[in-house]
Amino acid sequence: MDLTVEWGQVHALLGENGAGKSTLMNVVYGLVRADSGEIVFDGKAVRIGSPQDAIKLGIGMVHQHFMLIPPLTVAENIILGHEIATGPGVVDVRHAQQEVAVLSKKYGLEVDPAVKVQDLSVGIQQRVEILKALYRGARLLILDEPTAVLTPQEVRGLFDVIHALVKDGAAVIFITHKLAEVIEVADKITVMRRGKVVATTTPKESNQAELARLMVGRSVLLRVDKTEAKPGQVLLTLKDLTVQDDRHQVAVDNVSLEVRAGEILGIAGVEGNGQNELVEAIVGLRMPRAGQIKLGERDITHASTHSTLEAGLGFIPADRHRMGIVLELPVADNLVLSRFDRPPFARFIVRAFDAVREYAIKLIKTFDIRTEGPEQLAGSLSGGNQQKLVVAREIGTQPKVLLASQPTRGVDVGSIEFIHRRLVEERDNGMGVLLVSSELDEVLSLADRVAVVYRGRVVAVFDQKEADRDRIGLLMAGAA
Amino acid sequence: MSRALRQRLFAAVFIPVISVASGFVVAGLAVVVTGSDPIAAFTALFQGAFTNPRAFPETLVAMIPYIFLGLAVALGFRAGLFNIGAEGQFYLGAIFGVLAGNSLHGVPGIVQIPLALAFGMLGGFIWAAVPGLLKARFGAHEVITTIMLNYIAFQLTDFLINKGPMSDKHSTAPRTPFIDPGAQLPIIISGTRLHLGLILALLAVPIVWFLVQRTTIGFRIRMVGFSQGAARAAGISVAWTLVITMGISGALAGLAGADEILGVSHYMPSSFSVGYGFDSIAVALLARSNPWAILPSAFLFGAMRNGAAFMQFQTQVSSDLISIVQAIVIMFVAAPVMVRWIFRLREVPVGGIQITQRETAGVTRET
Amino acid sequence: MDFLGHLDIAGFVVATLIAATPLVLAGMGGVMSERSGVVNIALEGIMLTSAFAGYAAAVATHNLWLGVLVAIIAGMLIAALHALLSIQFLVDQIVSGTVINILAVGITGSFYRTYIQNSSLGGTGVLPALHLTFLPNAPFIGVITLAALALIPIVHFVLFNTVFGLRTRACGEHPLAAETAGINVYLVRYSNVILSGALAGLGGAYFTLQQIGNFLPNMTGGRGFIALAAMIFGRWTPVGAFGASLLFAGADAFSGRLQISGVNFPYQILGMLPYVLTIIVVAGAVGRAVAPAADGKPYKKS
Repeated sequence: MDLTVEWGQVHALLGENGAGKSTLMNVVYGLVRADSGEIVFDGKAVRIGSPQDAIKLGIGMVHQHFMLIPPLTVAENIILGHEIATGPGVVDVRHAQQEVAVLSKKYGLEVDPAVKVQDLSVGIQQRVEILKALYRGARLLILDEPTAVLTPQEVRGLFDVIHALVKDGAAVIFITHKLAEVIEVADKITVMRRGKVVATTTPKESNQAELARLMVGRSVLLRVDKTEAKPGQVLLTLKDLTVQDDRHQVAVDNVSLEVRAGEILGIAGVEGNGQNELVEAIVGLRMPRAGQIKLGERDITHASTHSTLEAGLGFIPADRHRMGIVLELPVADNLVLSRFDRPPFARFIVRAFDAVREYAIKLIKTFDIRTEGPEQLAGSLSGGNQQKLVVAREIGTQPKVLLASQPTRGVDVGSIEFIHRRLVEERDNGMGVLLVSSELDEVLSLADRVAVVYRGRVVAVFDQKEADRDRIGLLMAGAA
Repeated sequence: MSRALRQRLFAAVFIPVISVASGFVVAGLAVVVTGSDPIAAFTALFQGAFTNPRAFPETLVAMIPYIFLGLAVALGFRAGLFNIGAEGQFYLGAIFGVLAGNSLHGVPGIVQIPLALAFGMLGGFIWAAVPGLLKARFGAHEVITTIMLNYIAFQLTDFLINKGPMSDKHSTAPRTPFIDPGAQLPIIISGTRLHLGLILALLAVPIVWFLVQRTTIGFRIRMVGFSQGAARAAGISVAWTLVITMGISGALAGLAGADEILGVSHYMPSSFSVGYGFDSIAVALLARSNPWAILPSAFLFGAMRNGAAFMQFQTQVSSDLISIVQAIVIMFVAAPVMVRWIFRLREVPVGGIQITQRETAGVTRET
Repeated sequence: MDFLGHLDIAGFVVATLIAATPLVLAGMGGVMSERSGVVNIALEGIMLTSAFAGYAAAVATHNLWLGVLVAIIAGMLIAALHALLSIQFLVDQIVSGTVINILAVGITGSFYRTYIQNSSLGGTGVLPALHLTFLPNAPFIGVITLAALALIPIVHFVLFNTVFGLRTRACGEHPLAAETAGINVYLVRYSNVILSGALAGLGGAYFTLQQIGNFLPNMTGGRGFIALAAMIFGRWTPVGAFGASLLFAGADAFSGRLQISGVNFPYQILGMLPYVLTIIVVAGAVGRAVAPAADGKPYKKS
């Protein structure tokens, strides 16, 4: 693939999760080696074998997951690897802090250099990352999904910084999958799909709809055929639920929602607005601080995961590899992951392999999991089939409520369609589905009702009919 | 041969064989450097382990604790736990075994022996469940806590038998009195020290295998070992599994200790173990945590330990030489990358040894 | 009462300082290694090897100072093996440390039997010591103890004030971040592990060249693990490790005095102290001891 970036421009690299944007930029930054091809920087062909090489050339990168060391101070983080030293290798803290202060001022990136990074908010940490790159003399700055974790105000601040940099003659590569941002900030746009460049354009020549089409590769965005929902009784009730995150900050703030039989309730929101904590609280992986969770008539607020699943909850976790499946175990074992210890899969404490196998073969067939057989290790399946495995397992238990968190993340289009169809089918059979997805289009096309979350609060709930994409987008961003 | 099968063979057979062979080569070099004859040394080692009168039964006697302890450490590995504390649990099992073996007099062995063995298991269970609990509850790393508990066990033993509450008041040496004759394990081949413990150890292998591979408890253990995240999401109590795994592991080590008291020494001396528990880490690694493979692995270590004494007596080569063999064996088994590098092998085998996995490698275990 | 009457405070303090020597040296070695992200349970084996090598060199050259030098070099070499296994070959760091500890027993035991035990060379004498004549009973403080005391502020300064120390801490917390900042993580980790070998090696020399002037099999007797405990109890800092070493060595010295005085007290309780305290600390009962975030995790460049 080819990509040309010019000085004094913001170049947006647009594409879905897994389109290869980050990998490409990791190659440019020397973290990943390219199999073939060359990089031309400032008119010269260059070899970038390590981040050192990239830094030397004047390339800086702000990773999606910050490369900061929490217990070190801002100044220490910024100078790391390019330390200001007095005497034989002694860090000159005061000098370093002064340098940082000067840079901060120049680009309006205010931050206290003496504070430990672990005590800073995410937005400020990002500033530190940008300062770190600038301190190393970066003239080409790569920003990998920089807005994913920011509040709208912080996004605004970031865009100001980007404009200042570009005005100064630098170049910025802006990796994202958010269309509106691209239109707003970019001078030039390259759209990637499955590791290939599918188009290069400018905001003036294009619009969001066209970009979306290029990005996804078809003219219609994920249309799911479904009839109108016929909601029945309430199956899952969240009442005044408040949940804290790992840092003891309120992540879910006084949320009340209901999921009825035969409906899909979609939760829309930018990632990091409390969705994970909400999901974990429902499943019993995180104890709520206040409020109540009821499954049917049963109070599961403080129930363990085991009892919650027992009570009739199906759970599709967002992180397939870490939570959805055990890569090292066979497909069959993975299909009974939460039910291996009860009949017919076990007698007393002895596992009944025949029953497991038989059940697995049935599910493999019903859910079209492409595998060599139930003995194949789950880790060797494709992403789409792994996800179908998880969906099969969770629907296979016929739960009252299915909690599906990012159910199609990193999955091929065929599997996405399959999974979407299954979710709608189960809805039609009377299951209650709580869908949590950061893909707004997925929520809009699947959900019968849409709840928008922002900073841990439900800011609005719409019926599908009245759900307006732009309005929801604004709400997700905390506007309106 | 399929690629998968070749890889499994490579990991299960080739690596261990190469490891042991390399261990002896390096040890042989050490013998040469110290000015002795390696052929003579290893011949003596072999004679001492197998061909001398009564050597072979003694090798089997030395193999018994290695089987129990090797299974103990291997079981921990399966849950991603590194139980370095087998030595301490071995001691506690022995203490508890002596306690029980000394409490009933004139009661038949059929009552006394199971009771004393069960007591030994209890001792080991407690000593291992504590670090399991500390890990589950506070995230305290089991490597650190079990190392510390080893030394606490040594001090505790010293306290108990060195003029302490369990010491033999009629002896000047720091040791406990003999256990009741009824609690002693019967000898299975007369004229040797080979005792019933061998049968128990041989039974323990299929039992542990069954536990790990065929029961729901074993499935929990393996699931936690592979992926704590997936285990949690599936409603499995990771904390409980860690405690139980450590407990069972410790119970096996404790059984080894009680068995050693009941079968061999019949009392608790001050230098009770001389490193059985530490060696068992190597036993488990060489067996790649496979219960069946513990048998040949324990046999090898029993033979080395038994033969080493004769080697030292016969050739003046230190019995510590076998430690060099052991170190090299662990090194090779644990570093398939290195083996391939040294022997210039192309094929990349999967994984190597499953010791600790994704979420439990290292001190702060998160991914 | 009688016991307290015999208590000689100054003598006790000096005895404690001396007994703390190998603990603080190996403990600081552990600090450097683990701060860079490599768990080092090999301290015991490193000290044992160095104790032996230093003694053997001193015997062979009739020069105690050369013995000290060789002890340090031996410590660095065996630590380099730990580094090679755990950093290069991605062996689990606990396994690698176990290998070193077992290997040390094997090597020192084998060579001891052939070269030392039956040789007529034995007995080297000990390194010079500072004679504190102004104190009651005029105790001696050996040079390695003095060196250890001098090294505490130096190691502390290196870790917290120098470029090397900053990079070390970075690699122990977040090696990928360090790499993206242009730091060679392997180099930093290798350097620190080898440095820890030098420190523990000097600690090993204490046993043979300062304490008794002879080598005995397994003479380190688990001090490497107490040093590990001191490092944890001292929260992975040199000064903390020193404090913990003093506490542990003090308990040891006190229990020795108890035994001699014939007071009927189970001195083993004091012997358990370091281990019990360490367990309490890693369990977080008295303020949590938090290891460097990437401690024990192999780093693999993609």
